[in-house]
Amino acid sequence: MTLAVALRAVGFGLPLAVLMAWVLARCRFPGRSVLNAAVHLPLVLPPVVTGWLLLILFGVRGPVGALLNEWFGIRLVFTTAGAALACGVMVFPVMVRAVRLSLEAADPGLEQAARSLGAGRLDRFFTVTLPLAAPGILVGAIVAYATALGEFGAVITFAASIPGQTQTLPLAIYAALQSPGGETRAAELSLISFALALAGLLASEWASRRLNARLGR
Amino acid sequence: MSFSVALRHRFAGFSIDVAFDVPSPGVTVLFGSSGAGKSTVIAAVAGLLAAEQCRIAIGAEVLADTRAGIWLPPERRRVGLVFQDARLFPHMSVAGNLEFGLRRAQSRRIGFDEVVELLGIRALLARRPHTLSGGERQRVAIGRALLAQPQLLLLDEPLASLDAARKAEILPYLARLKARLDLPVLYVTHSLDEMLQLADSVVLLEAGTVRAVGPVTDIATRADLPLAARDDAAAVLSCTVAAHEPARQLTRLAWGPATLWVAQIDLPVGQAVRARIPAREVILARDDVGALAGALSLHNVLIGTVKGIAGHPARHASLVEVALGGASLLSRVTPDAVARLGLAPGVPVAALIKSMSIEILGETAFSRPASPA
Repeated sequence: MTLAVALRAVGFGLPLAVLMAWVLARCRFPGRSVLNAAVHLPLVLPPVVTGWLLLILFGVRGPVGALLNEWFGIRLVFTTAGAALACGVMVFPVMVRAVRLSLEAADPGLEQAARSLGAGRLDRFFTVTLPLAAPGILVGAIVAYATALGEFGAVITFAASIPGQTQTLPLAIYAALQSPGGETRAAELSLISFALALAGLLASEWASRRLNARLGR
Repeated sequence: MSFSVALRHRFAGFSIDVAFDVPSPGVTVLFGSSGAGKSTVIAAVAGLLAAEQCRIAIGAEVLADTRAGIWLPPERRRVGLVFQDARLFPHMSVAGNLEFGLRRAQSRRIGFDEVVELLGIRALLARRPHTLSGGERQRVAIGRALLAQPQLLLLDEPLASLDAARKAEILPYLARLKARLDLPVLYVTHSLDEMLQLADSVVLLEAGTVRAVGPVTDIATRADLPLAARDDAAAVLSCTVAAHEPARQLTRLAWGPATLWVAQIDLPVGQAVRARIPAREVILARDDVGALAGALSLHNVLIGTVKGIAGHPARHASLVEVALGGASLLSRVTPDAVARLGLAPGVPVAALIKSMSIEILGETAFSRPASPA
């Protein structure tokens, strides 16, 4: 369950994060710093506040939530998809940061070379820029995935803690600790959580080393 | 056909105003010290710099004309660009790099196998760019640019970041390419050696303006240009191998206005070669020394007239340009010699040149004829 929520959070968030990172790294326009700040907001706001804002926006009566409900019959509050949304929003800045750093590190001279060889804008982005930024994007995704596993405040506020639906690992651990005699259960879950986090970090380290070796760095 | 560039642009603290028109196909060397504006010209021709005013055309094909509102973006110019730092794509193999432009090209005038053979890079195809040496990388970059089927090839100091040994490794390949290609090539360098070896035409840039344009054989010997004042100043002559005399271990070269005897070279009769005669090796004589020639060790006595004389006070030297037929030689002598011989424009002189002072350029390149693979 937790894994599925985190996977969805990263899966849907990553393309958006790449796009946002590219806009922030390559485009110069008025309001860029405001956009930059907005993207990073979930990183500095108390997660509960983020969850509450999501509740206002995506709640059944909220401006976005009402439209989704009306047009597509999609209800996000207190659902698995909602938990994924909350996780996604929380880890979005982490992904954007990682992708943006690697996009900025990619040599613009290589894009010039691709241009002189007849590659148009989109062509260049997919054949040169994106592969060069791949190590950073992958690392960003894995770190975001690991972070999403541990997301607590925004999820419990927006999606509540419904066992089997929106109760992710940290929520389950918290619930176990609240119930009498739940220490053993909490310890088990914590162990799983620990293993997942460690695996994520090791995987990111390994992946970045491999990809960079392929690029000769 | 001709290749013409006219361009005007102002940067903070530097402005460039350049116009030239050179024959195409052919290699045009943009020569000048750093900061003369060579790379700016390349960037504008490639379309990477939007110049304030410019017109760039290859024959009837207009790449840019600000007055007519034409500005083709770089990806539609079909201009092959080779950078000083090869800029190979690190995430692709050598073959992947070579195919990058080929896959996006409309026509197919030069094929994959031919380029691979011409540049001798078959053994490198499966390798990754970071495993190549600097010289190999540059050869792959040239191949990649050629396979994009360009109508114009731009080389921006392609050898500048290489050591002397690597340069010597690539120059023969460039000479071979030159013989095979039928497109205009713009080659940026500040190395006189590369210019004399490769150039057909020269555009001499100085502080953002054109100081002189013309065939390399003229530009290299003009006494009034800064090239003549260099320690390695030399005349470059286009010759053909006329005859060998194995008994005397000599080869006779036919050069427009005269013949030259050089130490025997290993090239077939009829082969075109370039000969370089350093200015400091040319002796001038006032009278006809024909009678004396039998008593001298040298073989070449060429009769011409003084075309121009320029002083080089810092070296206590004078540069004398000698016209022979339509061509010219350059001689560096002392100001005292100029005075003693009474040299002045229009005065007839004899130029004495030792056979051993005549250097055949790119000999190795030409002795290995391009295989018709």
